Amino acid sequence: MDLSRRHALALGGAAVTISLIPINLAQAAAHSGKTAEAIKMFAGDADVAEGGVELTAPEIAENGNTVPIAVSADGAASILIVADGNPLPDVITLNFGELAGSSSASTRIRLAGSQNVVAIAKMADGSFKSASAAVKVTIGGCGG
Amino acid sequence: MASKPRVKVPKSAAVGDVITIKTLINHKMESGQRKDKKTGEKIPQQIIDSFVATFNGTEVVNFTPAGAISANPFFEFTMKVPAAGDLHFVWKDQKGDVFETTKSIAIG
Repeated sequence: MDLSRRHALALGGAAVTISLIPINLAQAAAHSGKTAEAIKMFAGDADVAEGGVELTAPEIAENGNTVPIAVSADGAASILIVADGNPLPDVITLNFGELAGSSSASTRIRLAGSQNVVAIAKMADGSFKSASAAVKVTIGGCGG
Repeated sequence: MASKPRVKVPKSAAVGDVITIKTLINHKMESGQRKDKKTGEKIPQQIIDSFVATFNGTEVVNFTPAGAISANPFFEFTMKVPAAGDLHFVWKDQKGDVFETTKSIAIG
């Protein structure tokens, strides 16, 4: 196929535009498939409100094999972390016991590619709160 | 195969202090997503799927990692110090291996 210079430039322009659209929880609307299932297993059919949870993840992760994240939710009994673009969305469930100083933890995770990391906190009163972070991954890490 | 876990815990604290604890253990955390290059088959998952920290027998944290936790799992969390005592850490993997270590905290 003979790409005229004008056509090639137009295609290039479109590609750049698409990559600038931020991956965003709000834009993604509801979670689909496995991610929704993982959240449902943790939160049942409860409404999951946004806010009340701090999720820290790098905007750009150079190495998808080890992406540092931190999460904190005042008063949470447990927090589920899922990654909506991984082959399996479950990352970790954090349960905080009586002697936890705060409902917070840091760890390092694997991300197969650019995606949203979502934290769902189960509060002591049984309600659920959430936060998400969009992470761009330059080299994916979920296997060989 | 995992080697002895490393934990960073203050040697002493005042009653009521909130301290930060860091833990690291060597473990491949075979995610179950990698393919054997020769056969093309997925290498079975073999990860640490349980990490529990207790202080004088009372639970501090209880984590259930999945395959997306990086190799050589690192966890950082906090604890309220109620008294002097022992912090006990236990990691378990899907093969049934158990790794443990204990650190003492003095009051002062």
